[in-house]
Amino acid sequence: MAVTGAILVLYLIAHMIGNLKVFLGRDDFNHYAHWLRTMGEPAVPYRTVLTIIEIVLTVAVILHMWSAVSLARRARRARPVRYAARPTTQEHRYATHVMRYGGVVILLFVIWHLLDLTFGAVNPKGGDAQPYDKIVADFAPSHWYITLFYIVAVVLVGFHLRHGLWSAFQTLGWGRQNRYRGLRLLADTVAAVIVLGFVSVPVLVTIGVVS
Amino acid sequence: MKLTLKIWRQKNADDPGRMVPYELDDVSPDMSFLEMLDVLNERLIVEGEDPVAFDHDCREGICGMCSLVIDGTPHGPQQATTTCQLHMRHFKDGDVITIEPWRAAAFPVIKDLVVDRSAFDRIIQAGGYVSAPTGSAPEAASIPVPQADAHAAFDAATCIGCGACVAACPNASAMLFTAAKITHLGLMPQGQPERYGRVTAMVAQMDAEGFGGCTNTGECTAVCPKGIPFETISRLNADLLKATRKAS
Ligand code: HEM
Ligand code: FES
Repeated sequence: MAVTGAILVLYLIAHMIGNLKVFLGRDDFNHYAHWLRTMGEPAVPYRTVLTIIEIVLTVAVILHMWSAVSLARRARRARPVRYAARPTTQEHRYATHVMRYGGVVILLFVIWHLLDLTFGAVNPKGGDAQPYDKIVADFAPSHWYITLFYIVAVVLVGFHLRHGLWSAFQTLGWGRQNRYRGLRLLADTVAAVIVLGFVSVPVLVTIGVVS
Repeated sequence: MKLTLKIWRQKNADDPGRMVPYELDDVSPDMSFLEMLDVLNERLIVEGEDPVAFDHDCREGICGMCSLVIDGTPHGPQQATTTCQLHMRHFKDGDVITIEPWRAAAFPVIKDLVVDRSAFDRIIQAGGYVSAPTGSAPEAASIPVPQADAHAAFDAATCIGCGACVAACPNASAMLFTAAKITHLGLMPQGQPERYGRVTAMVAQMDAEGFGGCTNTGECTAVCPKGIPFETISRLNADLLKATRKAS
């Protein structure tokens, strides 16, 4: 869980930074998207590095989900009779209790997102358009509901990371009483930066700053 | 004060069990929670009914026998307090209180509110000890232990093995209990020779007993009557990672 989660977080950071290139203009962004495919050339053929990244990510997502599903099934077996009184949470950390459902919603979002901006199947511009044009068409003011959907999904990712990162530190054995405040702060900061970075693109397109 | 109690009644391990409501008048705020149940039981005996079975022994918060989930919280609303040390002044007239046993497959119900916690004993038997002959108590400072380690080990050693951590965990995991013993022995010089074999064996036993997996929710520490720190789990994880690396 911690290791596959860490791979996904590193990817998210890279993806977010890449997205911010939208603000440098049409040519810069399309050039960046092209570079993703020519990375490593001429040492390796076209699209080699990108394909490796895609395979690693797919394996990480599958293993991450497999761990989550086995943990959930183990938990159900470990408590066959439920409490009659609504189990109260003493920890009062919302993010902790939406990991499983949140993860499923994030997965559904990722599928939509790939159909939208990678394959173009549900994108107004279709699959053959330039990446920059797909983004601008996607989040056009008339498509405010797509923007809203992206914001909700990214905020969910933020909650997932808020607990996920902190939990990974604990799983890797770094948690100590005198470090918890720092580790919480680190997890919350990374989560917040990722949310703001991702959300900025659709929002600024919708309000017309990027066109 | 007057209370309505909804209590889990279950004749034996095979009985499916059910919640039964009881009305109780004249509860004094000075009673402990268990004394309140004693009053109910005295009445049930007079009425010719089967009294409610619940575990208890010391009634002073040190043995770890008492084990009630009160309104969904193990050991009830008062933090860092066992059920036996919880007093009725934390409730008010007219309250409806739900009382259930620890709920975990690894803790089968024996009767009513009494569960079998011998799974914990088997986790300890798997490695929660030192096998070095220690003889009689040595001279106090003959084996130096850094002050910070001594404190952390002592905090972990205060676990009374009640099982509230399992009862509170959404995954019914026994991680905090196991981690308390790993931390206690792992910080002491006497615990070093068996340190990495211990963590592997105890975690394997914990899994074999059918407890769930830890997802770091922190609910365990929050209800622990002894406030076993959450860092014990991270210390266990660190030892387990090291043990896995050593083995490969
Ligand atoms: C694809 C759908 C996903 C599902 C079903 C899912 C599910 C889960 C679940 C159930 C957990 C364990 C939560 C807990 O500790 O209680 C978890 C942890 C975690 N998730 Fe996800 N997740 C998904 C996607 C992601 C993504 C996209 C990322 C990264 C951006 C991510 C990063 C993490 C991290 C870092 C952890 C913490 C690992 C640990 O506790 O050691 N997850 N996830
Ligand atoms: S009866 Fe001993 S701790 Fe409560």
